[in-house]
Amino acid sequence: MLSPPSTNEPAKISLHCVSKGFATQPVLRDISLEVHTGETLVLIGESGCGKSVSMKLMMALLQPSAGEVRWAGRLVRDRTETEVNRERLRFGYLFQGSALFDSLNVYENVAFGLRQNTSLPEEDIRGVVHERLQEVGLSEMVCRRTPAELSGGMKKRVGLARALALTPNVVFYDEPTTGLDPIMSDVINELILQTRSLRPVTSIVVTHDMRTVQKVADRVVMLYPLSQLETNESQIVFEGRPDEAFESDDPRIADFVRGRAGERIQELVIG
Amino acid sequence: MASGPIALSRDTLIHAIGRGTLSAVESVGSLSLFSFRMTRWICNRLPKRSVLLPAMYNVGVLSLPVVMVTGAFIGMVLAVQAYDQFRQIHLESRLGAVINVSLVKELGPVLAATMLAGRVGSRMAAELGTMKVTEQIDALRALGANPIHYLVVPRFLACFLLIPLLTSVTDAVGILGGWFFSTQVLGINSFHYWFHAENFVTIYDVLSGLAKSVLFGASIALISCHRGFHCGAGAEGVGRAATEAFVLSFIAILAIDFFLGIFLNTLYYMIWPASISLL
Repeated sequence: MLSPPSTNEPAKISLHCVSKGFATQPVLRDISLEVHTGETLVLIGESGCGKSVSMKLMMALLQPSAGEVRWAGRLVRDRTETEVNRERLRFGYLFQGSALFDSLNVYENVAFGLRQNTSLPEEDIRGVVHERLQEVGLSEMVCRRTPAELSGGMKKRVGLARALALTPNVVFYDEPTTGLDPIMSDVINELILQTRSLRPVTSIVVTHDMRTVQKVADRVVMLYPLSQLETNESQIVFEGRPDEAFESDDPRIADFVRGRAGERIQELVIG
Repeated sequence: MASGPIALSRDTLIHAIGRGTLSAVESVGSLSLFSFRMTRWICNRLPKRSVLLPAMYNVGVLSLPVVMVTGAFIGMVLAVQAYDQFRQIHLESRLGAVINVSLVKELGPVLAATMLAGRVGSRMAAELGTMKVTEQIDALRALGANPIHYLVVPRFLACFLLIPLLTSVTDAVGILGGWFFSTQVLGINSFHYWFHAENFVTIYDVLSGLAKSVLFGASIALISCHRGFHCGAGAEGVGRAATEAFVLSFIAILAIDFFLGIFLNTLYYMIWPASISLL
């Protein structure tokens, strides 16, 4: 297992013994995880293993059924709603399906956070919007387009520009390359690296894409679906550097990183 | 084993009743909390004009054609249905009185609200449901906007404030429709038609109809937004939310109409007790 960086600074975000379920369906059980300042942590695992739920718990978009979420060492549940909302503005979130607001055009989407939370004059907001769009490789020409008029890759880039508009110091990427062609996937991977090089951000990436893992990860955590685990087994089956994940002998990790069905092919026979 | 506990089938009628009751209690609780949060936001901070005006345009302006057509036909239908019976007792010149009082007290508010529930309520539930399913509601929170303040309050205010106007339009167009059919097709004298109508409809009738409409508008907005916020996953979830929004709003309209009708009648006789003796 990878040891945390040698610093006295508390983890930027930490989950301690966190569990979460929906109705009668448990998704996460007793997860403990730390994200340190400046690192890029990549969460991998099969669909439905709770990667996106973990990220929403870190962002306090969901409340845990049990356990603790801390931001900079302080419990999130001890903060007032106003404090949580204000602190959350330091986080940018690129949603899986981009989650652009259908009723607003590209400009209004990127400007949304600035208009909602600052008293900047419209001229300054326009400057920030154009700058962010330029950073993600989009010209001012797209400003008037609605999300329905954008391709999948453009939506992701507008989503990223919107997430970066308030200059966050933590950026969450929820499956940033899912549904994109290999070239556009690489463009998004490069944008993740570029974002980190332009400003000192902590990044948390949820993905199935091992090229993303190889390209952007400092540290990898692999979650395993609860339905495939015994009650006493940990849901985190791997935590370490990306190269260690590729060299792992554990069939659960080796099969996932190499994209092999392995023993899981039995599910087809039984099914 | 003979001495073992009696084995119950997994899903009996009792289970179903229990589940239904729990679900109903949970829904009422959830709607109450939702209404409380929304009211708190209305008291704390009103929405920006840029958010409120589009909601008002959608609820008010775009609903006008629908409520006008509904009003016109209802006025004419009332004339068609009541004419034969009034003619038998030679009171056809009083047709205006019955058409107008039916419209302003009952049919205008109820039908305007029903059309609003169908046109606006279903749309709100589908729109907010889609936003939930596509994570746009999470995106609002991530960008520092409260979804109830940003999405629900403007829709609620638009329904609450504009439904009395829409009801007034329905009433007015219905009255004109009834007059047109009665005088131009059924041949009733226009002077007598208005003379009797004027003496029969009181300001209390008009105001009680408008008071009902305000509660109808509030319930449509709350139920529809609540359904949208709690819709299930995928296209099926959104479709179900839109249907539930209309059905529940319609039931709410009828229930409010019934109880408020009793209350307003009681109030009327408390204010003007002499009118009981006239009955």
